[in-house]
Amino acid sequence: MSRQAAIGWTRVAVIVGSILLIEALCRLKIINPLTLIPPSEMAASLWELIVTGKVTDDIAQTFSTVAIAFVLSVVTGFILGAVIHALPRVRRAVDPLLASYYSIPFFVFYPLLIALFGLNTIPLIVIGFVFATAAMVISTLNGLDRVPRVLSKTTRVLRMSSSSSVLFVTLPAAAPYLFTGLKLALAYSFIGVIAGEFILSGGGLGYSIAYAYNNFDNQTMYALMMFVLVIATVMNGALHVFEQRMLRRRARA
Amino acid sequence: MSAGVAVAQAQTATAQAKVHARLRGVTRVFEGKLSVHALGPLDLDLPRGEFFSVVGPSGCGKSTLMDLIAGLSPPTEGTVTFEDKPVAGEVPDGIGAVFQEDASFPWLTVRDNIAFGLRRAGVDPAETQRRVEYAIGFMGLREFATAYPAQLSGGMRQRVCIARTLVMQPRLILLDEPFGALDQQTRLLMGDELLRLWRETGATVMLITHALDEAAMLSDRVGVMSARPGRFIDVITTGWSRERDSNIVADPAFGVVTARLWSLLRGESLKAIGAKGA
Repeated sequence: MSRQAAIGWTRVAVIVGSILLIEALCRLKIINPLTLIPPSEMAASLWELIVTGKVTDDIAQTFSTVAIAFVLSVVTGFILGAVIHALPRVRRAVDPLLASYYSIPFFVFYPLLIALFGLNTIPLIVIGFVFATAAMVISTLNGLDRVPRVLSKTTRVLRMSSSSSVLFVTLPAAAPYLFTGLKLALAYSFIGVIAGEFILSGGGLGYSIAYAYNNFDNQTMYALMMFVLVIATVMNGALHVFEQRMLRRRARA
Repeated sequence: MSAGVAVAQAQTATAQAKVHARLRGVTRVFEGKLSVHALGPLDLDLPRGEFFSVVGPSGCGKSTLMDLIAGLSPPTEGTVTFEDKPVAGEVPDGIGAVFQEDASFPWLTVRDNIAFGLRRAGVDPAETQRRVEYAIGFMGLREFATAYPAQLSGGMRQRVCIARTLVMQPRLILLDEPFGALDQQTRLLMGDELLRLWRETGATVMLITHALDEAAMLSDRVGVMSARPGRFIDVITTGWSRERDSNIVADPAFGVVTARLWSLLRGESLKAIGAKGA
C-alpha cells in the first residue's frame, strides 16, 4: 500500500471510528439522548427529511445563496487581487487591512443589512460575499507574487500578447494559490450564509436548524447538522484531492 | 562614381550584412532612490553565425546586456539593432532566449512545453508536431516526452527550455547562464549539445557565463567585461575550428585562452567584491 493510500485509509478509520464511538456512547446511554442522538438515528431522520421533501426548499435556498455569494466573491476577489497586485502603492496601503480583515466580527452588521435590504436572501449573500472575498483577494495576491519573473520574460521572448500571457502562463502558474482561494471562498461563503440564516432568516438550512433547536426537535436538528457536515466535508475533500493531484504534478523532484 | 568608391561601398554593405546584432554607445542606468549605472557605454558587433560569450565579474551587467539585445529592457542611451532594425520596446522576431532560472512550465508535459511557443504563434499543427518531435530527439528527451518538469533533473529541464527555444527557429540565440545550476560534468556535456545545436542551426549565439572554461571551450570570441558599470575591456578570439567539442579542454591552447581570460578578469573580480589592491 502506498503512503498516500495509507494516510487516506487512516483518515477514513478515524472518521468511522469516531462515529462508531458516538453511536456506542449514545446507545449505552452514557450520553443523554436528549443531548445527542445516535448517528444512525440522525442518518435515518435525514433520509426521511430528504425523501419526504420537507427540507428541499431549505436546501435549495441555502445552496443557491451560497453559490451566488461564492461566485461573486471569487470573481470580485480575483479582480481586486489582480488590480491591487498591479498597483504597489495601493498594495502597501491595503496589506495591513487585509491582514486584520478576519478580526472584524462582520455578523454585527447583519441587522443593518436586513434594515437596508429587507428580510430576504440579499443580506445573506452580502454576508457570505464579504466573508469570502478577502480570502480570494489574499490568495490571488499570493499566487501572483509567486509567478516566477522568468516566466513573464519567457512570454515576452515568445512575443505573446499581454492577454495571452495572463491566460496561458500567469493564471496556470498561480493556479495552486488561486485554488486555495476558491477552497477558502467556498468555506467562508458556507459559514457566512448558514450563520446568517441562524441569526435571522425565514428559510434555509441554518434557519431550520435554529427552528428545530428552539422547538426541542432533536431528530430534525441533528439530521440537518449531519447534512451540513457531510456536504461541507465532501466538498472540501473533493477539492483537497484535486488540489493534491495538481500539487504533486508540480512538486519539484 | 569611381570604381574605388563603389568597391568600398560594396565592402561596407557586405560587412554590415555580416553583422547580426550591433550595439553603439549603449548605456543602462537604473533610476530609483539610488541611481545605478549598470552598463556601458559599450559597442559590440555580433557577426552572423558567431558563437560569442560574455564573461565578467558578478554584477557587471552581463544579464542587463542580454536584456538590452533581446529587447526586454531599453537602453538609457545608445542604439541596439538586430538585422539592421532597431530593437525598441519588444523582442524582435528571430531572437530566442534561455535563462539561468528554470523557465519550464510545471503544468505542461515536456512535449507541450516544447510546443508551447509554436501553438501560441498559431503555427500549423502538423508543422508544430514535426518541429517538436525533431527537437525532442535532438535534445535527447524522447523517453521523457510525456513527463512533467517536476519529474526531471535540473539539466533535463534546461534541455526542455532550450528545445522550446530551438523549435521557434531563432536566428539569434541568447543564453543567460543556462547551465549555472548544473554540475561540472553535466555542463561539459550540455556544452557539447549546445555546439551541436549551433552548428546545425547556423544561428548566432551569445552566451552569458561565469565559467571561464565554458566560455573558452564554446566560443569563437569571448568578450571580457569590467566591474560595474560593465564595459568590454577586451575581446579574445579563440581560433577554434567550428567542429570543436568538449575534448578541446585537453588542448594546450585551451589553457592559454583560459589563463588569458583570468588574467583580464582577476583585477575586475577583485574590484567587484571590493577587495583591496584591486
